[in-house]
Amino acid sequence: MATVAERDVASERARAAERRRRRRRSARRRQLVALAFMSPWIIGFSAFYVYPMLASLYFSFTKYDILSQPEWVGLANYRFMFTSDPLFWVAIRNTLWIMVILVPLQVLFGIATATVLTRVKRGLPFYRTVFFLPTMVPLVAAALGFIYILNPAGPVNRILGLLHLPEPLWFVDPRWTKPGLTLIGLWGIGQVMIIFLASLLDVPRQLYEAADLEGARPWQTFRHVTLPMISPVIFFSVLIGMIQGFQYFTQAFVISKAGDQDHEVGFPQDSLLFYSSRLYQQGFEGFHMGYAAALSWVMFVVIMVATLLLIRSSRRWVHYQGGFR
Amino acid sequence: MRRRLIGLLALALLAAACTAGGGGSDQPAATIDPNANHAPLTLTVWSNFSARELGVTTAALKKATQKYPWMTVKHVGSKDDQAISRAINGGTPPDVAISFTPDNAARFCDTGAWQDLTPNLASSKIDKAQVWPAGVFSYTSFENKQCALPMLTDAFGLYYNTDLFQKAGISAPPKTTTELADLAKKLTEYNPDGSIKVLGFLPLIGLYGSTTVNTLGHAYGAKWYDESLKPTLGSDPNWVKMLTWQKAMVDAIGYDKLQKFAAKLGGANSEFSAQNGFETGKIAMMQDGEWRNAFIEGDKSKVNYGTAPFPVDADQPGLYGSGQIGGTIAGVPKGVKHAAESWLLLQFMTTDNTYLTTLAHGLKNVPSTVESLKDPQLQADKHFKPFLDIFANEQSTFKPITPIGVTDFDLFQSFAQKWQAGKVPDLQTGLKQLDDQISKQLQLG
Repeated sequence: MATVAERDVASERARAAERRRRRRRSARRRQLVALAFMSPWIIGFSAFYVYPMLASLYFSFTKYDILSQPEWVGLANYRFMFTSDPLFWVAIRNTLWIMVILVPLQVLFGIATATVLTRVKRGLPFYRTVFFLPTMVPLVAAALGFIYILNPAGPVNRILGLLHLPEPLWFVDPRWTKPGLTLIGLWGIGQVMIIFLASLLDVPRQLYEAADLEGARPWQTFRHVTLPMISPVIFFSVLIGMIQGFQYFTQAFVISKAGDQDHEVGFPQDSLLFYSSRLYQQGFEGFHMGYAAALSWVMFVVIMVATLLLIRSSRRWVHYQGGFR
Repeated sequence: MRRRLIGLLALALLAAACTAGGGGSDQPAATIDPNANHAPLTLTVWSNFSARELGVTTAALKKATQKYPWMTVKHVGSKDDQAISRAINGGTPPDVAISFTPDNAARFCDTGAWQDLTPNLASSKIDKAQVWPAGVFSYTSFENKQCALPMLTDAFGLYYNTDLFQKAGISAPPKTTTELADLAKKLTEYNPDGSIKVLGFLPLIGLYGSTTVNTLGHAYGAKWYDESLKPTLGSDPNWVKMLTWQKAMVDAIGYDKLQKFAAKLGGANSEFSAQNGFETGKIAMMQDGEWRNAFIEGDKSKVNYGTAPFPVDADQPGLYGSGQIGGTIAGVPKGVKHAAESWLLLQFMTTDNTYLTTLAHGLKNVPSTVESLKDPQLQADKHFKPFLDIFANEQSTFKPITPIGVTDFDLFQSFAQKWQAGKVPDLQTGLKQLDDQISKQLQLG
């Protein structure tokens, strides 16, 4: 027969088990409520991100033209990409140009403009607006505007002619197409500039005062105070610029096709054929959806690896106030 | 967790596989008696027409209702081939589809996305050879499948400035490319600083859309593919001949000088504007489509001009009179709900001569049937008539169509632009490499 103490222990255990059950039920209910609130996002994310990504991964191993059933071809699309596609490496080269020239220039130009604006005594809101305004212009409109401005018979060349300077053919001459794109890129640095401006204005004044007391010269102050303090923003700008650089498409596409819709993507002479343009060309002009899916997955992997490398390298050169990483 | 992930992946892949290429059936279109009573029915036509052209086509399509009072046609514009393909894939195609890209017809045929109309033509007792000039079949059928029919067309010829001809003492347009080169030299005038004042002929490929490897290649009878669809750019000597002639034309003036001249005109942007080099009298001879007549009129250009077939290789005089043709095509997508009625509407849109000539007058394109080419008003237009004749010529063709759409053309166009810029050291080797690249694209499917 069980003693009173044993009965108490048993009943205490039963109560504890019941409490645990209630806690679990309650936790499950909370989870369900949370899931119910999250469900619009979960459904949207699954339907518009997870499913298309997995589907495109599947298509990348198939021959698929939208109109017929996909046919499994294994790694054939990937093999074609690296060994047979005549324009794959051309597109890579052009895209690298954007990464190596345009992105760093945008960052440098953004810092320089923001630095100048920090010195402006009067009318800062006006200048800030002027520099930010181009960001509000849609990419297509901006590209069309520059096609007019940089038209070989357009206003820029007329001014260059008056100054007896060489008049480039800009978007007609493959040697000048990418410098033309760079001008568009630098014109639209408003977003980068505004972030740098905020970051520069956020650098504690006492650091500059300390540098001043130590007898630091302007360049030394910039190099050892300003740059480290704004390094998280530089990191952010480079990261975003790099991702956008890999996906560079709209301006180049509009410029290639502006003169004549029949011009091939990348006109003239493939000088405006970027990675995304090649992807578009194969998917939507050649109906090689399987190959286009393979191209997009390679781009995804390259962006992912490049992002991880950049994040890893940032430990050495990005300084966070308060030591956060 | 791992099992769940695998399950999710499998489900997604199954869904992807099921989504792809679905919709519609492969049933051949049937025919109906057009004179029989029929319940009222609305049929949808998709095209990429917009603005003025959309209005002109919609108005012309009303003639279908006049002919078949039970039929109402709903014409939806701004639908390109991708939109049409998506609709077919989704199982909700339009009853009749119109495409501006004949290059895509092979894919439509190859995949069965547009129905093979051979049985319909037979049921309706339409003798293709009697109704259309032979050239239309080069861009409406693929591997014996007639999955599209022409609805108006373009034809390319030579435009020449008669005032400049008179000034230079030239009495007739050139008939061979050798003559063209000689006249071009004669007609070219320079400014005191050495820049071009008037250009005899614009030989640059890829600047104005009408001077392409294809339009020039036609003048040399150059072949893109052999019968087994193997590219022949490197093996057909006519390509080398054409490109050598074209490069000599460029070099006679200088690539940079030509580029600067074209740039001063406004570059490629000037093609469809009042600044067009021919319309402003700065280019004496130009290869272009029949639509230029409408632009000259619309832009109120004061140029006095004549039109003629484009000159051909002196060694192949028999080609004279022909040219590159090709234009709008229409078909019945797979999976349409009213197959017989769709065919009846398509038949009307591609064979009814009143409809075609109305459209031709409105859009300023060449009507596409043998009978509609005889339209007295079009025949009486001395500038337009040569294009009617070019289209009717048995040797006029479009570039061979393949399942890779415009990919082969784009690759060759880009190659030719590098060639004329002096960036191709060995033409023959370059063309062979191009063959290899096109073959690989074809293998990719």
